[in-house]
Amino acid sequence: MNILDTRSKELRKMVVQMVEAERRGHIGPALSIIEIIRVLYDTFLKYDPTNPFWPERDRFILSKGHGCLALYAVLADKGFFPKKELYNFCKHDSILGGHPERNKAPGIEATTGALGHGLPIGVGIAIAGKIQKKNHRVVVITGDGEINEGSVWETAMSAAKHQLSNLIVMIDYNKFQSYGPTIEVLDLEPLADKWRSFGFEVDEVDGHDVAALEELTTRLPLNISKPTAIICHTIKGKGFPFAEGNAAWHHKSGLKDEEINAMYDCLK
Amino acid sequence: MRKTSLDCVYKLAQYNKRVVFIGSDLGPGVLDIMKQKMPERFFMEGVSEQHVIGMAAGMAIEGYIPYVNTIATFITRRCYEQIALDVCLQNLPIRLIANGGGLVYAPLGPTHLAVEDIAIMRALPNMTVVAPCDADEMKRFMDKTINWPNPIYIRLAKGYDKVISNEKYGFEIGKAIVMKQPKEGLFITTGVMTQLAIQAAKKLEESGISCGIMHMHTIKPLDHDALNQWLPKVNGVVTVEEHTRIGGLGSAILEHCSDEMPEQIEKIFRMGLPDNFSDKYGSQNSLLEHFGITIDSLCIAMQMQLRK
Repeated sequence: MNILDTRSKELRKMVVQMVEAERRGHIGPALSIIEIIRVLYDTFLKYDPTNPFWPERDRFILSKGHGCLALYAVLADKGFFPKKELYNFCKHDSILGGHPERNKAPGIEATTGALGHGLPIGVGIAIAGKIQKKNHRVVVITGDGEINEGSVWETAMSAAKHQLSNLIVMIDYNKFQSYGPTIEVLDLEPLADKWRSFGFEVDEVDGHDVAALEELTTRLPLNISKPTAIICHTIKGKGFPFAEGNAAWHHKSGLKDEEINAMYDCLK
Repeated sequence: MRKTSLDCVYKLAQYNKRVVFIGSDLGPGVLDIMKQKMPERFFMEGVSEQHVIGMAAGMAIEGYIPYVNTIATFITRRCYEQIALDVCLQNLPIRLIANGGGLVYAPLGPTHLAVEDIAIMRALPNMTVVAPCDADEMKRFMDKTINWPNPIYIRLAKGYDKVISNEKYGFEIGKAIVMKQPKEGLFITTGVMTQLAIQAAKKLEESGISCGIMHMHTIKPLDHDALNQWLPKVNGVVTVEEHTRIGGLGSAILEHCSDEMPEQIEKIFRMGLPDNFSDKYGSQNSLLEHFGITIDSLCIAMQMQLRK
């Protein structure tokens, strides 16, 4: 079991600060992807927070848009917008809604929220990059429940057809969707074989192991003529024992003081 | 009309490198010339409409102008959420070329009839909806699609329809064309129904009733100025569309009148398709007749409006 380091705890504190604002948010789905997004922005992606649409940037799409608390925390941490914006999460005039929107918050590449949309958009961006002979990469994080959507698999076929080696799909395999365990709602196994059979080069990683994630990013793309799929084994609600693997923490509204305090206590 | 629209895509692509074509699983040979001359901008993506729209959105985000083509029912119903969120919410310049708007695919049955497409496309913010009346007008319209900043839904008719438009009318998206100035009555039509209305107006003329023709090729944004100018000048209005009476051209005009000139509402009679799925096959014309959209019924409707 991974022990959260100071940075992972700090990012989680930012998540709690956000949900404290309107006492709501998709907490569990954000906590499972914090280390993935952290590593992407710390060591892998090329970007310029002062010029979010810098043409040479790598493109990152959070297809599971409901995990946006994790992305907002990292974007604020990297200086895409002031950290004080986090306190406005979901407020009337906020740039940070319950799902991320392009052209609202700096650093958001595509509007997501309805599931199964980010990967098709990512494929379009990756194809555009290939036509223009650009070197930027396109990284898409999908949820595991999200890949119930047929659009994901339509697009997976296309990504393989176009040999999009510039496309990296990271599946947040926390094994829980809104209703309950994925194995009960709609079993995804054999997941790695599914992606392989759709023409992807596949690897698996502990999605909370920062060193392992960093090492993996040094090997991307895994195959120079195929798109890459990384199955990230994660824990929904990671860092808050009462939320881990607990479907009740998929989305919370009306968060009580004691629940907020309990989350902060876990991060001391 | 369909061939013309696709030929136009290729012509536009020749002078604008941002133009790309994305088909789903179209008939063999479609735009072969573009596939040969510029394969990097020609895509045939298979029966995967949700993917196709998302992919087009991704390419548009990167600066391309994707022209997406498939059958009207599939490009509207199957991927409606993608059109709403990937295309309209992000307001991307994607052109949806919809084959067989209305009753064109009559022999194939209700699965292939696009009779509520205008309503559902029109309901989306940022979407533009255009239904040209013939191939010549299609050419003039397609030239305008390059610089239009918003998404466009392009409703195609059967093809090889009689040419009734004229170069002198010009073409501006959102500007209705008054093909014949009204005296007593006015037909307001869209798509190939303009052809039917012209014939009805001729027949009425023989009976001494003079009616004008307003071709509303763009259903959204609706040309409010043209309506404000002409509706008060006539005694009766018949709107004609190859579309359910719910939410199409007639509805759009009534909504405008309700907002800005309610006194005009009683002049207007809407002709369109009933609120049920077709239970017949045959041909586009036989279905139009079955649903009561004929030259004679247009004439009767106008006469009734003028007797009010």
